[in-house]
Amino acid sequence: MFDTLSDRLSGIFTKLRGKGRLTDADIDATAREIRLALLEADVALPVVRAFIASLKERARAAEVSQALNPAQQIIKIVHEELINVLGGEARRLRFAKQPPTVIMLAGLQGSGKTTLAGKLARWLKGQGHQPLLVACDLQRPNAVNQLQVLGGRAGVDVYAPQPGNGVGNPVQVARDSIEHAQRAAKDIVIVDTAGRLGIDAEMMQQAADIRDAVSPDEVIFVIDAMVGQDAVQTAEAFRDGVGITGVVLSKLDGDARGGAALSVRHVTGEPILFASTGEKLEDFDVFHPDRMASRILGM
Amino acid sequence: LSRDHLDDEAWEEIEDSLITADVGVEATQVIVERLRERVRVLGTRTVAEVRQQLAEELIEALEPGLDRTLKAGPFEGRPAVVLVVGVNGAGKTTTCGKIARVLVADGHTVVLGAADTFRAAASEQLATWGERVGAETVRGPEGGDPASVAFDAVKRGIDTGVHTVLIDTAGRLQNKVGLMDELGKVKRVVEKHGPVDEALLILDATTGQNGLEQARVFTEVVDVTGVVLTKLDGTAKGGIVIAVQRKLGIPVKLVGLGEGPDDLAPFEPKAFVEALLGSDG
Ligand SMILES: Nc1nc2c(ncn2[C@@H]2O[C@H](COP(=O)(O)OP(=O)(O)OP(=O)(O)O)[C@@H](O)[C@H]2O)c(=O)[nH]1
Ligand SMILES: Nc1nc2c(ncn2[C@@H]2O[C@H](COP(=O)(O)OP(=O)(O)OP(=O)(O)O)[C@@H](O)[C@H]2O)c(=O)[nH]1
Ligand SMILES: [K+]
Ligand SMILES: [Mg+2]
Ligand SMILES: [Mg+2]
Repeated sequence: MFDTLSDRLSGIFTKLRGKGRLTDADIDATAREIRLALLEADVALPVVRAFIASLKERARAAEVSQALNPAQQIIKIVHEELINVLGGEARRLRFAKQPPTVIMLAGLQGSGKTTLAGKLARWLKGQGHQPLLVACDLQRPNAVNQLQVLGGRAGVDVYAPQPGNGVGNPVQVARDSIEHAQRAAKDIVIVDTAGRLGIDAEMMQQAADIRDAVSPDEVIFVIDAMVGQDAVQTAEAFRDGVGITGVVLSKLDGDARGGAALSVRHVTGEPILFASTGEKLEDFDVFHPDRMASRILGM
Repeated sequence: LSRDHLDDEAWEEIEDSLITADVGVEATQVIVERLRERVRVLGTRTVAEVRQQLAEELIEALEPGLDRTLKAGPFEGRPAVVLVVGVNGAGKTTTCGKIARVLVADGHTVVLGAADTFRAAASEQLATWGERVGAETVRGPEGGDPASVAFDAVKRGIDTGVHTVLIDTAGRLQNKVGLMDELGKVKRVVEKHGPVDEALLILDATTGQNGLEQARVFTEVVDVTGVVLTKLDGTAKGGIVIAVQRKLGIPVKLVGLGEGPDDLAPFEPKAFVEALLGSDG
């Protein structure tokens, strides 16, 4: 659909052979193309700006080898810089010294939280843990049933004392789940919450109340890889409203370029822990910054 | 747009306001080019005037004259059939519920078809909406053939003489060839009863540039007749629908403004553009 970045940059650099260092004009022309490529990949505008600024510094300092194709050299710099921003090496989940470890999931409506709850439960069980899923979305029609079905598939117990569909208090369920987990000898508690908008003050307060009720070791912000420019505003709202310790990017099995990864990482400063890559519980992987960088650049 | 005269920075602000609304690089460039031409011809001087002209350009790009009514019947002697499609989590099931609510409130009768037999508790979710709004829900076995559930739902609608059958389908990403083929089959099987009157693509307003690809592929497979832009109650502006209208000629018909049964509204280009250029524009 789009010209690849390398096509675009090679256009700029055809006249460049033989020079050792990039001139300011070369760098500006390059920066313009990279800006467009990032915007087409849905990286949010303020993040693009910050990224380009730091990139320009690096490009100015860089010695461009005369023998090699300068376009490829610039792309390599961009690629490395993206990997840096996306987090370098992946971080592991943080476990509590005193079990149970509590993992709370939060995010916009339909982002993939409940599915991720099932995936995490299955994955952690596979590593010898005893996870408990907790149904704190008492709002969306049949969210509780959905979690129960996924718990069944993962072979993991689901704590669902309230029927949902508008009935029950999610903060109470969250609070009670910890004691329930201790009684049932579960070492990990995964709290599924309702989808909410960043600007919904009442629902953000509810999320903060759930957090306070369970003192989570991880608050994972689940964001759809297809999200566009709104990623910044939403990530800020969840960062400020609930506090985020990690991010999961969902629906990475699609063909969106996934610039939201960069936006969220930039805004929250928190690592992207996992990639959710399908509807089945096994469609789940640790996050690979290098692959994501290539994907954003359309390489 | 906060500045009061037209320098380069003012133009950049205009571009930025479109980019941050997910209008996309290409559509933004075309629209801004047209706007510059207009400003030149008309001799526009102030940012306020340009802003007005930009709004007009955007409204024009959305083809305000288009018919955006939902072909939901009732027709002579048969129910209207509406197929609801889109990627995972966009708001299909909720939108089925909301549309049914509007129709029932207008005195129509509705059957809901739960052709998402795949996602955990999807048919229960639709059935809850059915109970909520007063519509019968036709369901099949979990993991069953979605096309046969859709077929049965339309049959049920014909037999009971309702006005509209709304078919909810499973979420699928448009790059999944097998799942898209399955969707094409759902439509073909339903068409054994007669035409599908509407194929509604549900687009989440938070979606970025991938929205255009969604519209392109879903249209190839089921000939989309209209878009419902959901989650417009959030901070996202949904600007990708401008590209969808320009490139594919598919109009937005409805917008989703919340999770409740009444949070559905007709799409109004002028109001949409005002919101798009609003607050941070
Ligand atoms: N293709 C694909 N689909 C996914 C992925 N993760 C979740 N889904 C699907 O996306 C849709 C929404 O997922 P949910 O887990 O229900 O999302 P949620 O955030 O819990 O939604 P709410 O509770 O309504 O806010 C479902 O159809 C899931 O099957 C993924 O990584 N890839
Ligand atoms: N704020 C807001 N939330 C919405 C809107 N429409 C749907 N939702 C929410 O988005 C989430 C997903 O909605 P669903 O109707 O289940 O989406 P779907 O497309 O059927 O999802 P799958 O069948 O899993 O692909 C739910 O939490 C809905 O309540 C809307 O217009 N505004
Ligand atoms: K909005
Ligand atoms: Mg959920
Ligand atoms: Mg659904």
